[in-house]
Amino acid sequence: MIRVQREDFDVGAEMRALSAGDTGIGGLASFVGLVRDMTGGTGPSAMTLEHYEGMTQKQLAEVEAEARRRWELSGVTLIHRFGRLEPGDQIVLVLTASPHRQAALESCAFLIDWLKTRAPFWKLEETPQGSHWVEARSSDDAAAARWTQDTDKLRS
Amino acid sequence: MKLLYFAWLRQKIGVESEQVTLPDAVTDVAGLVTWLKSRGDNYANALLNDKVIKVAVNQAYARPNTPLKDSDEVALFPPVTGG
Repeated sequence: MIRVQREDFDVGAEMRALSAGDTGIGGLASFVGLVRDMTGGTGPSAMTLEHYEGMTQKQLAEVEAEARRRWELSGVTLIHRFGRLEPGDQIVLVLTASPHRQAALESCAFLIDWLKTRAPFWKLEETPQGSHWVEARSSDDAAAARWTQDTDKLRS
Repeated sequence: MKLLYFAWLRQKIGVESEQVTLPDAVTDVAGLVTWLKSRGDNYANALLNDKVIKVAVNQAYARPNTPLKDSDEVALFPPVTGG
């Protein structure tokens, strides 16, 4: 299940919805992304998430499909918010369900790493000093790339 | 062709979308970026560091040699920072 929305989400309700009616599921793994306070608590800060509406849904679907090719998954939930968010607000939810914990935990980590470098979202940060676009971090590319290396290792 | 711009690229160019007719010589993504740079200082400035610019053709990531046609929707944007 993929949703791109302005509204907040309820992690517990989403977990219950993902596992409801499927007693073959042995475990759920979750990642919840939060807005971090970039000012160190010294002033008001917030961020606005812009996205490319037509492409977001498609990219998230491709990332989910790739996770399902790599792991045995009973279900996946991806929720990404857009619009104005404040420190402490939830931004993104990744839930994976599988008969086995390893598949749930690994695919959850894979999904957030890949989503961060592929889904077309951009963060505009507001601080007391003005607003600026958050720059992509090379550590995010490295985190996503490690899943490619893992695959290469498996194949060689 | 429909062009879309996002984040600081949109701010630097000054519009979020526009309809353009490509010159015959422009047949791929690399050609499009080169042509856009010639359309004014705002484009040249926004596309100055074109190595970092991402391009999507019909909502899928494209490469410099991805071919283009008039009915395509092409988006240009900085590296993504979601999640």
